[in-house]
Amino acid sequence: MSALENLTAEGKELLRRDQVWPFLMPKQQAVDVSHQVILYVEGLNLSFDGFKALNDLNLYINDGELRCLIGANGAGKTTLMDVITGKTQCDSGTVYFGQNHNLLERSEPEIAELGIGRKFQKPTVFEAHTVFDNLELSLKTNKGVMPTLLARLTPTQLDRIDQVLEIIGLKEQRFMLAGALSHGQKQWLEIGMLLVSEPRLLLIDEPVAGMTAQETERTAELLTSLAGEHTVIVVEHDMEFVRSIARTVTVLHQGSVLAEGTMDQVQNNKDVIEVYLGEEA
Amino acid sequence: MSQSLSSIARFSASDLFKGKGQPGGRVAPFVAILLAVTVLASAANLLLPESSPFYVSTYTITLLGKYLSYAMLALAVDVIWGYCGILSLGHGAFFALGGYAMGMYLMRQIGDRGVYGHPELPDFMVFLDWSELPWYWLGMDQFWFAMLMVLAVPGLLAYIFGWLAFRSRVTGVYLSIMTQALTYALLLAFFRNEMGFGGNNGLTDFKDILGFDLQSDTTRVALFAITALMLALTFITSHWIMQSRLGKVVVAIRDGEARARFLGYRTDNFKVWLFVYSAMIAAIAGALYVPQVGIINPGEFSPINSIEIVIWVAVGGRGTLIGAIVGALLVNYAKTRFTAIMPDGWLFALGALFVLVTLFLPKGLVGVYDQLKAHFAQPQSKSDESSTPHQESAKEASV
Repeated sequence: MSALENLTAEGKELLRRDQVWPFLMPKQQAVDVSHQVILYVEGLNLSFDGFKALNDLNLYINDGELRCLIGANGAGKTTLMDVITGKTQCDSGTVYFGQNHNLLERSEPEIAELGIGRKFQKPTVFEAHTVFDNLELSLKTNKGVMPTLLARLTPTQLDRIDQVLEIIGLKEQRFMLAGALSHGQKQWLEIGMLLVSEPRLLLIDEPVAGMTAQETERTAELLTSLAGEHTVIVVEHDMEFVRSIARTVTVLHQGSVLAEGTMDQVQNNKDVIEVYLGEEA
Repeated sequence: MSQSLSSIARFSASDLFKGKGQPGGRVAPFVAILLAVTVLASAANLLLPESSPFYVSTYTITLLGKYLSYAMLALAVDVIWGYCGILSLGHGAFFALGGYAMGMYLMRQIGDRGVYGHPELPDFMVFLDWSELPWYWLGMDQFWFAMLMVLAVPGLLAYIFGWLAFRSRVTGVYLSIMTQALTYALLLAFFRNEMGFGGNNGLTDFKDILGFDLQSDTTRVALFAITALMLALTFITSHWIMQSRLGKVVVAIRDGEARARFLGYRTDNFKVWLFVYSAMIAAIAGALYVPQVGIINPGEFSPINSIEIVIWVAVGGRGTLIGAIVGALLVNYAKTRFTAIMPDGWLFALGALFVLVTLFLPKGLVGVYDQLKAHFAQPQSKSDESSTPHQESAKEASV
């Protein structure tokens, strides 16, 4: 009897007219950051053939924050980015974008669509395309096959590209092939490709590798200006650079978080001195 | 700002007619030449007496038609290989499937004029003691249905194959081997008599198409002209696709698939789409080829054929649509001449050609042409560039 009642109750629940069935809910929803946290990484584990690349890693990134990740080679920085962007599957743990988007069940393009942009360690731009085309391809548009076939640049999009060209200082090179750019310019172009897509969260892997001191300085300025409107996570080896931009620094070591805080706090942390900064000194 | 807007608008509106300096961009001149040659050759065949020195024999017309359908096939391979970096060594399969669909229609047109005089069954079925048409031969006596099948069957096969392969992220040499296996498997299947496609002998002894006698000069010329038109049409369409943003995405996938994925493009969908498009062009080429050569047999599925197509494209210059067409025409012309002089030597010559092109002409003949042009027209082009900083000049250096 009660089983039947349960069943009818469930049936009624199913047919409630003020609710939409879960599978009919539109997938694209605004990122819920009502708790000021945009990225939740919890209990992340990943091992490659017994080597623990990520070991119970916990990380919370606030909305609008500029966070630096540092750590020795093999500490899991790039692997963490791979997991967040959907390139690598983790063994266990959760990654949430805002409170409502489980990133682990999404593919790379879906994650990109949610507004997570990534710059690779090695600058990857489309070398056979011009600087302009590289930016055009990165625009935030409908990226289905047919819309892409019929796509036309709107004046707004052109403005946006021009604006970004101005920011990354490649206005003169707009019709140059990306393959002909210098290493530093490619780094900038890749950052530009992120900017033009208007992401919520930028994952930036070693942005100043191969840059001159002057370029490094401009990159630092750019990244600092991005924070606030965007959330930025920077992985970098260059400690000078990290000191110049960092508000909060997270130190990774052997796949888990070793310390977190301001640069000064981190530098005076005993564990950190032992495993990381100590080696350098 | 407004300057850049206008330069882009100008570029997209006039690229069909200008496109100078950009490899594969010379669309209008090429189409004009193609159509002019077609009209002249057709007129020379139909209007001039055989004694005239300008008379073009029907044999030549058919040969030209054959070359043009090969050129279309090369175009199909170039779209997928040159632009998207997917080296398909199985495009002969789509070509042959299109050919078989056309062949089935032509078989049904024979009616009771076959050797055995059966009103409905093709000769080979009577020979096998079959009493009725297999289900997949039904409807093939209707031209429209057969043409639909020309596109649908290879398109579906390409879709399924592409969907499975690209979704599982099979790339590079593994994909090439799979395409070879695909065409080889079809070769073996079509060799079997039980398949109902004429086995070893394939489909032949065609009589007429849409009521026109296949042996008559006018039909031959018409088929040649239609092939030329279809080549022009697929060339223009492909050019348009490659100029669109989709074309840029395709090249982006070739050069950095992971990057494209992180930008939000579902690269497997793009690859499947392009693969199906390319397979359909190959199938149309096959359907135009069969009535002109008068036979389709499983030999068309043989893996070596598919490899030959790749050589045509490489010789002409991959990643340039025009290069694929020119390469196919030249290599096939060479083949015709060479096999007449030294039949056994052709495969060696073809192999040597491939090695030489790979070593010395990585951009193919179109690349050589562009280099020569750039070399001779340097002072002029410089003043050109300064007045209009075009994408084209930049793109020239690419591919």
